[in-house]
Amino acid sequence: MVLMDVLSVRNILHDAEKAKDKKAPMGVDVTIENFTDEDLNALDVLDDFEDLSKKTKDDLLKVGVDTEENERAGSFLQVDQSNVFTNNSISNNIEIMNIGIALDKYSWLKDYMWQVVKPDADKYTAKTALREEDDGIKSGYFIRSLPNTKEVFPVQACMFISDEDVMQTAHNIIIAEENSELHLITGCATGEDISSAMHVGVSEMYLKPGSKITFTMVHNWAEQVEVRPRTGIKLGDNSTYLNNYILTSPVNSLQSYPTAYCDGVNSRAVFQSIQAGKKDSIIDVGSRVLLNGAGSAGEVISRAVSQDESKIYSRGHLAGTVPDVKGHLECHGLVLSDNSMIYAVPELEASSTNLEMSHEAAVGKIDEEEINYLTSRGISEEEAASMIVRGFLSIDITGLPEELTNTTQKMIDMSVEGM
Amino acid sequence: MVIFMLLEIENLSVEVAGKQVLKGVDLSIDNGETHVLLGPNGAGKSTLFLTVLGFPQYKVIDGSIKFKGEDITQLSTADRVNKGIGVSFQNPPAIRGVSVENLLKLESHQEVNQPLNSRMKELAKKLKFSDEFLQRDVNFGFSGGEVKRSEILQLLAQMPDFTMFDEPDSGVDIENVELLASEIGALLDKELKHDLRKRSGLLITHLGYILNFINADKAHVLMNGKIICSGNPGEIIEDIQKNGFNGCVECAQYPS
Ligand SMILES: Nc1ncnc2c1ncn2[C@@H]1O[C@H](COP(=O)(O)OP(=O)(O)OP(=O)(O)O)[C@@H](O)[C@H]1O
Ligand SMILES: [Mg+2]
Repeated sequence: MVLMDVLSVRNILHDAEKAKDKKAPMGVDVTIENFTDEDLNALDVLDDFEDLSKKTKDDLLKVGVDTEENERAGSFLQVDQSNVFTNNSISNNIEIMNIGIALDKYSWLKDYMWQVVKPDADKYTAKTALREEDDGIKSGYFIRSLPNTKEVFPVQACMFISDEDVMQTAHNIIIAEENSELHLITGCATGEDISSAMHVGVSEMYLKPGSKITFTMVHNWAEQVEVRPRTGIKLGDNSTYLNNYILTSPVNSLQSYPTAYCDGVNSRAVFQSIQAGKKDSIIDVGSRVLLNGAGSAGEVISRAVSQDESKIYSRGHLAGTVPDVKGHLECHGLVLSDNSMIYAVPELEASSTNLEMSHEAAVGKIDEEEINYLTSRGISEEEAASMIVRGFLSIDITGLPEELTNTTQKMIDMSVEGM
Repeated sequence: MVIFMLLEIENLSVEVAGKQVLKGVDLSIDNGETHVLLGPNGAGKSTLFLTVLGFPQYKVIDGSIKFKGEDITQLSTADRVNKGIGVSFQNPPAIRGVSVENLLKLESHQEVNQPLNSRMKELAKKLKFSDEFLQRDVNFGFSGGEVKRSEILQLLAQMPDFTMFDEPDSGVDIENVELLASEIGALLDKELKHDLRKRSGLLITHLGYILNFINADKAHVLMNGKIICSGNPGEIIEDIQKNGFNGCVECAQYPS
């Protein structure tokens, strides 16, 4: 190892060590020690993606991961702390591999580690960094689209928790090289009977000039799972990042606040999210776009519905630091039960002149007039309410290739169907 | 032999938001008949419609509504509609995320995952709706005229036995009034001879222009929550045009 590398590792370790007990500024504080660290690759590698049980395959399909790999450009599956399946051979345009393998293969990759997510952000990132550097747990995926390529089919990546009390960490690096297009479907789920587990996923994405990434994530956790994704996205000139996030299953608590740094000229980031709070779930999801590049634009759209005793904090933050940037924020919430709650926090921050930023926030219950209207067409009151909720949650998926739009729309419809 | 009227409203008193709006309304409509409901703004016309439809805010404090001989005063809106009542709204709300096409499928009892049937497709075309339009969210961003046409299209999907039209012509240009009138005619069996008609309707209009294209059998004037006169539509409208609604008050005081 050259001296610089040794120093940078030491820095990461040093920072992480200091932040070991640092609470996150948002979300319920989780006692990490209640969960068990797993060994790297303790589970056997799958010879065939189809070797999973029927039940697991169905679970994966629910979060958009198709073990038959129809219309997919590649696959990655991590179960607990083991990378049990990788298919890197479908597309010549895209590389997919375990992050540890990638770090061995590409000496430059370390320069992308811990750049847009900091190891000392909170105890969850610290934990991931410490496991990585101290225990050599290099889990997570590396996905890269090669320069000047346009793969229309998505890569699918899945994080799966199969065992009780598991603490799953992952560090993912996604790079879209110059003028390339990369589509990702990432699904997260837990196996049957998992009553308690924790997932921390650090994801760092880099968009080189002229590139585009679409990132569609479906979460299907169990009732007692703690989820702390930590995501940073860095956008180069004329690049576009589209993020769709869907959560409609119960979870114990989930907190995330992905941040896009629109540093490039005319770069653009769009976050759309759908959250349905069920049972006792405490969901705290935001999206942040920092408009640092001239002509950059950001859009944050969220739809939240709360049922049962759930609590949803729906956040959005746009910050414009240079002139001629544009941003729009939209937080809409529907409160469906008296014991649930939605707290919408839209924030706009302008530290330059001549920028255009707006927000729209509305939280309420189902409009009785709309129910009446539908019942006056012969639809029962119950069905009318569920149509309105489904309609409320159906956001337009734009910017994806046609094939993927349909798949994504189906994924959303499927998630929203039971509402 | 039919021994009861299609719709029989007796001594109906209704309260909305703590205020009594209807004060003992009597109104009967037979099979195959088209009636017109006239009256000044705020008289209670829409209230009467929405009460017949059974919207929860409209509390019946006295009287009854019978449909096809059955007392429906306590039924839910969906149940009433499924018995054959329909309405086109004066100001319907927008429903985000529900497309016109999907609503039409539900109204005409088609499977939502099957393509729209050809009858509905033709009717949509007749009412000047493109395929793209049918994908739009119901009433969201519709122009005034589009709202009215979409309401009639939905009724054509339902084909109720008794239809209430709340100002189907307001805000509609002359050409489109004729188009709407002809489809309203279809909802009222107007193509059949009078004694063969089964479907009935009650229509609210302020301008009366639409009545040049739809023959009505009877008109009623509602004022301050009461029907103060009923009779020949032509005569009543002429009288209102000449003397305003005050003329009706007089004719109510001195019934001929
Ligand atoms: N949902 C409601 N809440 C409060 N007041 C209502 C409601 N519906 C009707 N009203 C009141 O009842 C009265 C009658 O209203 P209605 O809409 O029935 O009149 P209308 O005859 O249809 O008038 P227009 O010709 O203006 O449409 C009005 O004073 C109105 O404000
Ligand atoms: Mg009215």
